[in-house]
Amino acid sequence: MRFGVVTFPGSNCDYDCYNAVKRVLKEPVEFIWHADKKLDHFDCIILPGGFSYGDYLRTGAIAHFANIMGDIKKFAAKGGLVIGICNGFQILTEAGMLPGALQRNKSLKFICKNIYLKCENNKTPFTAKLKKNQVVRIPIAHGEGNYTADNATLKELEKNKQVIFRYCDEKGRVTDEANPNGSMLNIAGICNKKRNVLGMMPHPERCSEAILGGIDGKFILDSIKKSL
Amino acid sequence: MFKAKITVRMKKGLLDPQGTAIGGALKSLGYSQVKEVRVGKFIEVSLNAKSKAEAGKKVEEMCKKLLANPVIEVYSYEIEES
Repeated sequence: MRFGVVTFPGSNCDYDCYNAVKRVLKEPVEFIWHADKKLDHFDCIILPGGFSYGDYLRTGAIAHFANIMGDIKKFAAKGGLVIGICNGFQILTEAGMLPGALQRNKSLKFICKNIYLKCENNKTPFTAKLKKNQVVRIPIAHGEGNYTADNATLKELEKNKQVIFRYCDEKGRVTDEANPNGSMLNIAGICNKKRNVLGMMPHPERCSEAILGGIDGKFILDSIKKSL
Repeated sequence: MFKAKITVRMKKGLLDPQGTAIGGALKSLGYSQVKEVRVGKFIEVSLNAKSKAEAGKKVEEMCKKLLANPVIEVYSYEIEES
């Protein structure tokens, strides 16, 4: 399978994603410049973390109108896998490819630390290698990860089992104390109804090798590989 | 030429951590009268249009497409001839 990592001006996790796919997963991967088009030969597109367009106006708001995004929407509509990590998740919500929005962290602080996540749904191409309710440790690094949506959207997400990851403690308890940024219902990652677009604030690419201090991110990479 | 003065605010009921922090700072300066602070954005757009109505139509589109996120924000604007 072939991965594409999109680079916007201000992306800064693109090389981490590239490295994780190439060296850890050992699959072919290419960078895609935001102004380019043609995604036909890819199986999975990664929207990496960073500060695309300096986070001006709102995080992800300007990247949503980059040349490549129209093709990414078409790619996803045809069933291609798209994963947005951190800023990538913010872009997917701004583009309307995932519901809701990511607001300023409740604490107003940029938070960079390892947190625990509970996998709420393993019947997706991104989580098939995880067990339901499995707890993984993955780092977050964001100032705007506070997931917000109206009640109707939250209900819909729950009903369709679109909440994929929730912030929890080491034992898998989903509590206010384990919620780092004020996200509604402790939401850390969601997918679309078709299950081929995932957005998550934590960074699996930063913990896919022992030398980086953790390998739990590899569950997600391996799941994608298995699904294709 | 027209000038649009656009205000983008967070929806009512949504937590505004910046506003809360600023409210706390005002209180610590002795302004005990302060009940609530909400922070928004002010955007000025100068644009060419044939009429005020046309300018308004374009600004409305801009707000919907980019300037405000309808999930968390509301917007309002005034248009002046300049």
